[in-house]
Amino acid sequence: MKNITVIDYGMSNLHSVIKSFQKVSNKKYKVCVATTNEDLKKASMIVLPGQGAAKSCMQKLTTNFPRLHEHILNKPFFGICLGFQILFERSYEDNGVDCLSIIKGSVNDFSKQISQDLKVPHMGWNNVEQKKDHAIWSNIPRTSFFYFVHSYYASAESKEDISSTTTYDIDFTSSVIKDNIFACQFHPEKSSKYGLQLISNFITWSESLK
Amino acid sequence: MSVAKRIIPCLDVDKGRVVKGINFIDIVDAGDPVEIAKKYDKEGADEITFLDITASHEGRDNILGVVEQVANEVFIPLTVGGGVKSFSDVRDLLSAGADKVTINTAAVANPDLINEVTDKIGRQCIVVAVDIKKSKEQYNVYTHGGRHKTQLDAVNWCLECQARGAGEILLTSMDKDGTKEGFDNEILSEISNKLSIPVIASGGAGSLQHLYDAISQGKADAVLAASIFHFGEYSITQAKDFLRDKGVFVR
Repeated sequence: MKNITVIDYGMSNLHSVIKSFQKVSNKKYKVCVATTNEDLKKASMIVLPGQGAAKSCMQKLTTNFPRLHEHILNKPFFGICLGFQILFERSYEDNGVDCLSIIKGSVNDFSKQISQDLKVPHMGWNNVEQKKDHAIWSNIPRTSFFYFVHSYYASAESKEDISSTTTYDIDFTSSVIKDNIFACQFHPEKSSKYGLQLISNFITWSESLK
Repeated sequence: MSVAKRIIPCLDVDKGRVVKGINFIDIVDAGDPVEIAKKYDKEGADEITFLDITASHEGRDNILGVVEQVANEVFIPLTVGGGVKSFSDVRDLLSAGADKVTINTAAVANPDLINEVTDKIGRQCIVVAVDIKKSKEQYNVYTHGGRHKTQLDAVNWCLECQARGAGEILLTSMDKDGTKEGFDNEILSEISNKLSIPVIASGGAGSLQHLYDAISQGKADAVLAASIFHFGEYSITQAKDFLRDKGVFVR
């Protein structure tokens, strides 16, 4: 049976991510958890969720999954929240940390950029504005609400990589798509029906990649 | 552009069952948390809050089962509170599938608990519930479900919670709770203006106008209500339409 493998590096609550993929894949896939590099070899698709700080996330990933970079480039990959941010070149959280440099651009502090009246973290439902016609957005209206929780935002340099943007005083990159990679700042596993639709679209798209 | 104002229905859970007369005609089992949560998700609730009111110690584990069942079926943020005493209580609820946990009495008794959760798990998952009542000179904070008066001043306590790392404040006016007269927008706006974290208004919702007032006058980031939704007086959809017509950014 094919595996959807969710990476566990001990920093985030995987419950909803696992359950949402289970629900959507409808028993066609086995949803399992990877704690070592070995576990990733067997994966048909890789999901990297994440909460918390970028620095400790990068540290744990490089220690526990030394060949993660290679796997991300070679298998259908879905990054969520921190799993989206670490794809960029650098995050400026905690005085800065180098990330995977798969997507050109950086991750910056909201509180330095936006009006004092707006609260940080950017938490709650906000509009995701699609920038690309792509199978990943199938059956999701061009502008739709998704659920966000984050204090740092990503700016992708290349327009080619940007799948959607969102406005919180400033426009930021809310999802990217490149080759076999889709990753988003928001939480599809907490975004009700369009979130589940997105996960379902990802699975369908992944199947077409082979 | 800001983030959408949230509408949050709140469900009281006793020994694993939703209580306090939920009144939906199209629900077969009005005590089933999963069915009710599904219904609210479908109507467009932005989040759901479960308050465990189980009195007996033995019944308390039921809430974990409820959270798990709901989290398996409903994919919107879930907040759970009631009787949370320690870091391990918080961790157990999060592992069961809750996204946020509210603490009240335990936060007053041991404010370091807020720091502990924030440091270990992150500030987004901790909501401090603050029950307040007006006295002559100030608003006092109450604990133990409103039975114990403390000498803490509401504004100062909320600021302290924020400094310790709370992700949100759930502010309940005990003077207004259950009255259906509207929220206490005066203290709400004072606290919301002073804080940089979101404030959820609770206590007093009797009409859709009240929800609007809590957002426009009270500067609330979210409104929590129980009875106006449970008894079918208004649906979440109606509340959203009403607010949208008045120019509020809602989902």
